Amino acid sequence: MKLELRKVKVKDIVLGDQMKFADGVLTVDVNGLIAALKDDVNVKEIKIDLAKPGDKTRIIPVKDVIEPRVKVEGKGNGFPGVTTPIEQLGSGAVNVLDGAAVVTIGDIVGFQEGVVDMWGEGAKWTPFSKTMNIVVDIIPANGLDPHTHETTVRLAGLKAAELIGYAAKDAVADEVEVFEMGSIFEETEKYPDLPKVVYVEMLISQGLLHDGYIYGVNSQQILPTMIHPNEEIDGAVISGNCVAACDKITTYQHQNNSAILDLYNRHGKDINFLGVILTPELTTLAGKFRTCDYTAKLCKSLGADGVIVSEEGYGNPDSDLLMICKRLESEGIKTVLITDECSGWDGMSQPLADTTPEAVAVVSAGNVSHVVELPPADKVIGNAKAIATLAGGWEGCLSEDGSMKCELNAVIGATSEIGYHNLTVKLY
Amino acid sequence: MSYKILYYVNQFFGQVGGEEQAGIAPFYKEEKIGPAMGFEQLLKGEAQVVGTIVCGDNYFNENTEESLKFIYDTIAAVKPDMVVAGPAFNAGRYGMACAGVANAVIDKLGIPVVTGMYHENPGVDQCKAKAIIAEVTDSAAGMRTALPVMAKIALKLLKKEELGTPKEEGYIAQGKRLTVFADKRGSERAVEMLIARFKGEEFETELPMPVFDKVAPAAAIKDLSKAKIALVTSGGIVPIGNPDRIQSASAQKWGKYNVSDISELTGGYYTIHGGYDPVYANEVPDRVAPLDMLKKFEKEGLIGEVYEYFYTTTGTGTSVGNAIQFGKEIGKELKEAGVDGVILTST
Amino acid sequence: MVKEIERYGIPIVHMSTITTISESVGANRIVPTIAIPYPVGNPSLSKDVETDMREKLVKRALTALSTEVTEVSYF
Repeated sequence: MKLELRKVKVKDIVLGDQMKFADGVLTVDVNGLIAALKDDVNVKEIKIDLAKPGDKTRIIPVKDVIEPRVKVEGKGNGFPGVTTPIEQLGSGAVNVLDGAAVVTIGDIVGFQEGVVDMWGEGAKWTPFSKTMNIVVDIIPANGLDPHTHETTVRLAGLKAAELIGYAAKDAVADEVEVFEMGSIFEETEKYPDLPKVVYVEMLISQGLLHDGYIYGVNSQQILPTMIHPNEEIDGAVISGNCVAACDKITTYQHQNNSAILDLYNRHGKDINFLGVILTPELTTLAGKFRTCDYTAKLCKSLGADGVIVSEEGYGNPDSDLLMICKRLESEGIKTVLITDECSGWDGMSQPLADTTPEAVAVVSAGNVSHVVELPPADKVIGNAKAIATLAGGWEGCLSEDGSMKCELNAVIGATSEIGYHNLTVKLY
Repeated sequence: MSYKILYYVNQFFGQVGGEEQAGIAPFYKEEKIGPAMGFEQLLKGEAQVVGTIVCGDNYFNENTEESLKFIYDTIAAVKPDMVVAGPAFNAGRYGMACAGVANAVIDKLGIPVVTGMYHENPGVDQCKAKAIIAEVTDSAAGMRTALPVMAKIALKLLKKEELGTPKEEGYIAQGKRLTVFADKRGSERAVEMLIARFKGEEFETELPMPVFDKVAPAAAIKDLSKAKIALVTSGGIVPIGNPDRIQSASAQKWGKYNVSDISELTGGYYTIHGGYDPVYANEVPDRVAPLDMLKKFEKEGLIGEVYEYFYTTTGTGTSVGNAIQFGKEIGKELKEAGVDGVILTST
Repeated sequence: MVKEIERYGIPIVHMSTITTISESVGANRIVPTIAIPYPVGNPSLSKDVETDMREKLVKRALTALSTEVTEVSYF
């Protein structure tokens, strides 16, 4: 499979009356976008706003972040199986509006939504303070049940990214990244002496606001499955806006999965990257045993010498993470885990809900309970009061002057367990 | 300006005598005694040792209150910016005394304390969370290497400079897991860690596995039909409206609600737990905390009674430290109420 | 929480789905339950069947409380 990401650098974004991209400036057709999104009967109203790096702007409550792109060669524009007809992804060429992102907000569906600050202290804690954000505020039709509400906002965000992506259709790339990998036999023949590595990406699969989707299939309904890394980069995996804001894998982070990119980077040099296994984190014990056994078996069948496992969420999935590790290590497969921790406000608590002696190589992406103080914003897109109800906020954490205190829990992407951000934990 | 340091040593390092003098009561001298002398030389004039308290190890451990009172009085008179104790090396009673001094001075007066101990000294676990303990060798032969480490740490603390990691500074980890920015993103660190493992190079986990302690099982209920059973949940089930504003994740508190007049939670309760799909628990909260069944069993005489209060909090993202605190508080109430057994449900 | 309550000498049974975690954190009496969002229930069952199942599950918890154990035990 060969996929080209043709990146056009977005230097500025403006609101206007047509979708276009010229001289580094992305123009968003506001009315056209609103009309298209309101085509869904479950959408009552749409508002569009912009937030740029350095603006004293707070966005809350954020549900998902999506990168606007358009497929220019090969099949599968948009998100096949979700917003567009099903197609095999992973090949061809994609024009990427690099540096731009669609950020969805709107009435709270669940507690797992978050905050993005575009400036100062808050900007340090989220990777999405560095993107030019097109904020889509989705007001759903009255009386939707929670599951329909979630689906509605999820689809609206994906559709918005697809529509904005068209602006880059004829743009000339500033930079082209090529992702090419043959079958595992071909690659192993090319690099017979390099250790074979599999990436296991765990996806939270636990119901409302807790599911990932693969080509539109709810990850709750799958056995662990293998996909080509190109497929995920090409949009095969989307977020169901799971778990706490800090460690949900947003759709943007699937499209730019840092674990995949960093493994690709070493492919053919230090390692032979075999592919990605997507593993659901289920809510029953039998389900957890089944998926953990199955994941370890797939890794072994592929002949992996080493595996990187990334978690999504915390608490019960800690158990899945460690069970997978235990099974792999006991097969002699060297395993590195990426997780985050709940060490309490003071950092003095046990970091994980579970434990196993086999987990000897673990990357920590930060303490979700770490408290940050965010100064007042000049402009709030959305509803600042939402913080009191979000995971990581509490009653009274928003002061009258607009400053607020919250745990990293509430900050989008802060402790990304695919290792997208640069936080860690040190023992003092 | 020059900072003032009060030094604490035992009878041996206070040059009073050995084991036979371990029972002497504390005294204070406006001098630098024993290690205090070498210590001050390392402060390069930026701070000075104003005096030394000498106390017998046995005396301290057997008359802690009197000893501490003497220390408080001395501090009130001398007004030091910091107290330095030891190093105690692997001397157990000396270590316990240094730890006792450290905890008391920090808790009661808020004055920082620096000490030094061998990592196996029983005093370490007593005070490492509060004091900064330089990691030193197991015998006094290591004095020459111990004092510079302690002095460097002391100066940094006095000047309110940020202390580096335990490894960088040479102190025993306090057990605080602090979130900091790394040079590289997490995925890159993971790939490098894996490659290091392949090459057989050294690597360091960023998260050593936690160790959970065990509690012996409590004795069983002899006669269920006379037993008072309490229901507790970490599933975030609260009265509709969440009157106590319990957090949906990372709970800072728990709630208790009188359920003596209701036969089920359905109707008046819902979940505020942020870690699972709430739809099914909101329909029937007894699916998370089965009060209805317990009430039924109470009516049928299978159990004596259901305790009048139902206890609840949110488990998701709640630190173990808070969970321990909640358990202690709730357990105390249940014990005092004469509860015979507890059903705790988790989501 | 389980452990801290048990420290007072009160027998406690942990009804939890992810029993691997219960065991790691040191619960002594464990009743495995159905699923995280509905430990003591199952919305996919008919009401009568669900009620029967729920009753049996809670009875198991009572059995656990009235049974002497010396180590981690499942009921």
